[in-house]
Amino acid sequence: MARARTGVRALGAVLAAVLGVTALAGCSSTGGKRAEDARRAAENARGKAAVTTPRWTFAMVTHSGDGDTFWDIVQKGAKEAAAKDNINFLYAHSDEGQQQAQLVDSYISKKVDALIVTLAKPDAMKAVVAKATAAGIPVITVNSGSAQSEEYGALTHIGQDESVAGEAVGEELTERGRKKALCVLHEQGNVGHEQRCAGVKKTFGGQVQNLYVDGTNMPDVQASIEAKLQADRSVDAVVTLGAPFADAAVQAKKTAGSDAEIDTFDLNAKVAAGLEQGTLGFAVDQQPYLQGYEAVDLLWLYKYNADVLGGGRPVLTGPQIITEKDAAQLREYTERGTR
Amino acid sequence: MSQAAPPAVPGSAEPAQDERLLRTSLTRRLMGRPELGSVVGAVAVFVFFSIVADSFLQPSSLNTVLYAASTLGVMAVPVALLMIGGEFDLSAGVMVTSSALISSMFSYQMTANVWVGVGVSLLVTLAIGAFNGFMLTRTKLPSFIITLGTFLMLTGLNLGFTKLISGTVSTKSIADMEGFASARAVFAETPLLGATVKSTILWWAVLVALATWILLRTRFGNWIFAVGGGADAARAVGVPVKRTKIFLYMGVAFAAWVSGQHLLFSFDVVQSGEGVGNELTYIIAAVIGGCLITGGYGSAIGSAVGAFIFGMTSKGIVYAEWNPDWFKFFLGAMLLLATLLNAWVRKRAEATR
Repeated sequence: MARARTGVRALGAVLAAVLGVTALAGCSSTGGKRAEDARRAAENARGKAAVTTPRWTFAMVTHSGDGDTFWDIVQKGAKEAAAKDNINFLYAHSDEGQQQAQLVDSYISKKVDALIVTLAKPDAMKAVVAKATAAGIPVITVNSGSAQSEEYGALTHIGQDESVAGEAVGEELTERGRKKALCVLHEQGNVGHEQRCAGVKKTFGGQVQNLYVDGTNMPDVQASIEAKLQADRSVDAVVTLGAPFADAAVQAKKTAGSDAEIDTFDLNAKVAAGLEQGTLGFAVDQQPYLQGYEAVDLLWLYKYNADVLGGGRPVLTGPQIITEKDAAQLREYTERGTR
Repeated sequence: MSQAAPPAVPGSAEPAQDERLLRTSLTRRLMGRPELGSVVGAVAVFVFFSIVADSFLQPSSLNTVLYAASTLGVMAVPVALLMIGGEFDLSAGVMVTSSALISSMFSYQMTANVWVGVGVSLLVTLAIGAFNGFMLTRTKLPSFIITLGTFLMLTGLNLGFTKLISGTVSTKSIADMEGFASARAVFAETPLLGATVKSTILWWAVLVALATWILLRTRFGNWIFAVGGGADAARAVGVPVKRTKIFLYMGVAFAAWVSGQHLLFSFDVVQSGEGVGNELTYIIAAVIGGCLITGGYGSAIGSAVGAFIFGMTSKGIVYAEWNPDWFKFFLGAMLLLATLLNAWVRKRAEATR
């Protein structure tokens, strides 16, 4: 008893000491929120409707998991377009095909004016998309499902073909004279990921190996890439399929003493900085902001003017290869989370 | 445990010696340790990968394996202690992410020295641990329910708060802020004897030593075993059951704080959706290391061996360059085998007692 109470007191003392020290150390004169505020002092006012059309309700249902950086940017694009177009925008997501379909179903019963869906698991979504079009709700598919979009009755598809994006990476790697590439998949069983790596394999002159890592555990991602680089010294290019994993690959390369080039799919502020500093070779971007923005905007155009873009073919938002020379310009946009 | 056995005198087998004293020879005492089976399992896994994977035995490879084991091992120590105390914690995985997010966002939003954020994060994380323990002892609901609730709430809070405060689902970089370099040296990469060592390896070693000392040499250690063996019996002999459990949950929170700071200062940006599912890995490491799921039995060293087996297996598969499609299957099969070997050895050890 007495010992435990001393334990409590000792703990309190330690905490007090920690806080005391940190309070003394005080503020940081570099970085942080203050620096950001100073940077964007001249930010203009966004979020005002530019049109006088009725306030329609558009809903978007994606196959995103929780806390995914990529889908966060898609959503941001959609929201900004919705604000401009005087749209009431609803968003829901589930990485389970069946649950995603149920969410779409609930929006259909809610009688939304238009729907935006992803077809990452096309078979699960087929019935609800048909139900929506039968109920007279126009549907636009984004991101994944370019092959099924038209067949299922969607107006158009906006996105990047994953295979094409992978092929672009393979071509770029060949151009850079790489011999052996490692394709790092952070979600085992994700069809899009497999398609990307298969695309790289298709056009790359050298050899491609896949490596599965646990995307929810960053130190483990790093250690796994490290292990692979140590096991196979001939790997001279590492391709990660998501921006957050590029940084883990950079650190793994450092510890493993490898001189492989690190390249990645998707962008974020760190990737832009890495490209500028030369720690990353290139990034291939599919412009997620554009996928969200265009989907809402095209649906508005359809409702307002019966306009349809794409002529039955997918409207491509990528792949855009981003290298050192584009990075400086994009960095600002990645920091505000729209690229 | 810590029953004071009469010292064995090997080599002095005089006829006059009582045969009961012989039973406490060093080998016999080792046979009774909870981590014995896992040590045999670890040796087996080590030998196996040394044979099938060429690059496994390189110093740099072993260093990578050690790092992979340490990030898991830091958490496995308090999780093992908690399990010996008869409870477990499903919120441990996301608590690591919460802890990293709190440090990062507090420092960033206040434009404060990063150590301020680190201190605040310690307080908040310990409070979450105390909440788990307090709810458990107050409501008398099973730890499964309480910590599942905390797990879900933290997952939501991590996302919600990060989005609310940062505007995106990951935090902003704090690499250019004051105090980052020193915090990095403490939590991410520590300079040691002219080289840089991953800090989690050092934290891990310290935590294992500390936990072993607590378990075997202190009254609190006895309380842990007593509480896990039978809470009512322990209460009857005057063990403060509630306080012991709350402290154990705070121990998990402390390690989550250490791991969270490692995450933050290694990568300087934290993804808010991370950490889900890792709590199971910690529990697996403790179980492989000889902790009984029902409580009352286990050791801190065992949890370290368990973490090491997990690290060797997950990275050994990469070194062996097996077809990655089957990765999870290999991992599961290896873990099952290691645990079976562990159980078998323990049974043999108990039979010869």
